[in-house]
Amino acid sequence: MNQPADTSPDQVPTGAIAVPQPHGRPGDEPDFSHLEFPPVGSARRPAVDESPAQMRELAYGLIRVLDADGAAGGEWNPSLSGETMRRALRAMVLTRTFDDRMFRAHRQGKTSFYMKCTGEEAIGCAQAMVLGKDDMFFPTYRVQGILITRDYPLVQMMNQIYSNASDPLQGRQLPILYSARDYGFFSLSGNVGTQYCQAVGWAMANTYKNNTNIASAFIGDGSTATYDFHHALNFAAVYRAPVILNITNNQWAISSFQGIAGGEQTTFAARGIGFGLPALRVDGNDFLAVYAATDWAAQRARKGLGATVIEFYTYRAEGHSTSDDPSKYRPKDEAAHWPMGDPIKRLKQHLIALGEWSEEQHAAMEAELFAQVRTAAREAEAVGTLGQSRPPVGKMFEQVFTAPDWRLERQRQEVEGQ
Amino acid sequence: MSTMNMIQALNSAMDVMMERDPTVLVFGEDAGYFGGVFRATDGLQRKYGVSRCFDAPIAEGGIVATAIGMGANGLRPVVEIQFVDYIYPAYDQLVSEAARLRYRSNGEFSAPITVRSPYGGGIMGGQTHSQSPEAIFTHVPGLKTVIPSTPYDAKGMLISAIEDDDPVIFLEPKRIYNGPFDGHHDRPLQPWAMHPASEVPAGHYTVPLGSADIRRSGKAVTVLAYGTMVYVALAAVAESGIDAEVIDLRSLVPLDLETIEASVKKTGRCVIVHEAPQTSGFAGELIALIQQHCFYHLEAPIERVTGWDTPYPHAFEWDYFVSPARVAAALRRAVEAV
Repeated sequence: MNQPADTSPDQVPTGAIAVPQPHGRPGDEPDFSHLEFPPVGSARRPAVDESPAQMRELAYGLIRVLDADGAAGGEWNPSLSGETMRRALRAMVLTRTFDDRMFRAHRQGKTSFYMKCTGEEAIGCAQAMVLGKDDMFFPTYRVQGILITRDYPLVQMMNQIYSNASDPLQGRQLPILYSARDYGFFSLSGNVGTQYCQAVGWAMANTYKNNTNIASAFIGDGSTATYDFHHALNFAAVYRAPVILNITNNQWAISSFQGIAGGEQTTFAARGIGFGLPALRVDGNDFLAVYAATDWAAQRARKGLGATVIEFYTYRAEGHSTSDDPSKYRPKDEAAHWPMGDPIKRLKQHLIALGEWSEEQHAAMEAELFAQVRTAAREAEAVGTLGQSRPPVGKMFEQVFTAPDWRLERQRQEVEGQ
Repeated sequence: MSTMNMIQALNSAMDVMMERDPTVLVFGEDAGYFGGVFRATDGLQRKYGVSRCFDAPIAEGGIVATAIGMGANGLRPVVEIQFVDYIYPAYDQLVSEAARLRYRSNGEFSAPITVRSPYGGGIMGGQTHSQSPEAIFTHVPGLKTVIPSTPYDAKGMLISAIEDDDPVIFLEPKRIYNGPFDGHHDRPLQPWAMHPASEVPAGHYTVPLGSADIRRSGKAVTVLAYGTMVYVALAAVAESGIDAEVIDLRSLVPLDLETIEASVKKTGRCVIVHEAPQTSGFAGELIALIQQHCFYHLEAPIERVTGWDTPYPHAFEWDYFVSPARVAAALRRAVEAV
């Protein structure tokens, strides 16, 4: 199945374009045997001021801390306290619980749209724990764990998703495209990639203002193909901006596997090398590895040593969005076979192995967080779900400019007059 | 007061704002050490240092994106796009991001950026050094689009743009950087020094965005123009002997509808002049507004004299560029109708 086109140099061109194909399609058995994962501890942890040229191997390897048995090891082990790891586990479980609830709310017709981050919870949650609220995230739509880890009110997220009268964005924005300045979470845009280089500008402003705050930008594997990705890496390198340039490689951009974005030619991390940036490739389902890599990159940035590119290698366990059916383009149940497992299960296993956690505690926490999400949902739904409640229509004309011009005033009057 | 051409006035505006406000930064391709290919940023890096005025990689999308990030983080970047013909790689950043950031975040973030760019034809610039794409910005909610036509306005409007908390597309008619060109390419160009609007205050002053300027009072017909076309229109009025009122719009968004409306209601006739191609050009919007607001005062069809619906050509420069003769013919049609 799906043999790549023959591009060996001694072949006369055949007229067949070399279009990359994924290793499995619907009807195939999930199979990741073609992937090779370097063992835990095989990646060295350089000093933060080491030259990017000396650490190129890290762009091709994989930084891992947790092994298959839940033991932590290697130079990248951040050696977190039990308390910190329990907080991390809680944030990830809460994120998944929230996702499940809101996905169901969509299926119940309470909103128009939702996107889960199932399987990718470690990435947003770890970064939110490493960085402070004065560091600005330029997120994608799939790192809601940042807001949840930082205790942004769940009910506010839901109000935004329902576009109801209490929506902090006044019903102007598609569900999940949050904005939360006080939580270090930049306004999300539907245009993928656009914010990657804005983060570089934000970071340059921090340098100019002579503070040590940094920016952290996210992009998906698919969106690395945009020119914004190139701009961000180049500007970040040229101006030595204090920014972390994260790439979440979850293998899929809607229905396109990561090979369509260029993932078969080299790693996404390795693209940083050409710009002279240090580049790390990290197991994105390993909370401790994500935490350690983020911490390393943040230290570099705060010391004025510039940007770091980090590829988080993970798997998009669910559909792209509520509008997507992944069984149309990939093997059923592929997520369950992802060799790097599930980020929540792995950290839980680690904590239990350390004697810092138990199945009973975990079950109790799940029940508690389920109740927390349900309470928030009831509160938001009491305000109203989509179509049942919304901000005053005059809000449609506000914030286009600092002050509305005569056109907007007249148009508002026309709408309100009806 | 000093005598300045438009480049010197623009340079002075940036100098004044950099002096007053440490959050003002200037950058763009060749804008730093060299001072810009048109010299608009000359001396700013020397005076304010490389952190305030610097060269950028050749990446318009990257330049605008970093400016948006800086703007959201409390700075007031003034960026230069070398020719507006090269602004399209930044179009996504301008339309999808700068224009909407305040709206979509309900005011949590905004992009108080100024994007300066030389625009317009008449310099034998061919297809990619002559364009007038103002209408693709005026169509975007959240962007302000302004075009000065004198050194005095250029400085006052650029200061207003930099101080404005909304993103401003600041288009500079490069044909009149050195003098008010009236379309008579076979005659020597008058330098700005011979024009009263070249008297420019050395310090801080503003010309508000959203206000038009009546450049010649008249009773027979209203002429709406901006940029280089203001001088082409004034020449056409002088040569036709028609008592036209010439309004320099200066700002397309926000638009000074009040001044337009008062003039057209007085004259009952209107000719609109711009360099950009005709179809979906800004004249179309003006015609719609005038028809809506002045219908019962109109005594003739509204005329528009514009560039042709072709890419901007090289060898046919003076067949394409709107001439005083074409404007004069439209003026005659307007005043002779019915």
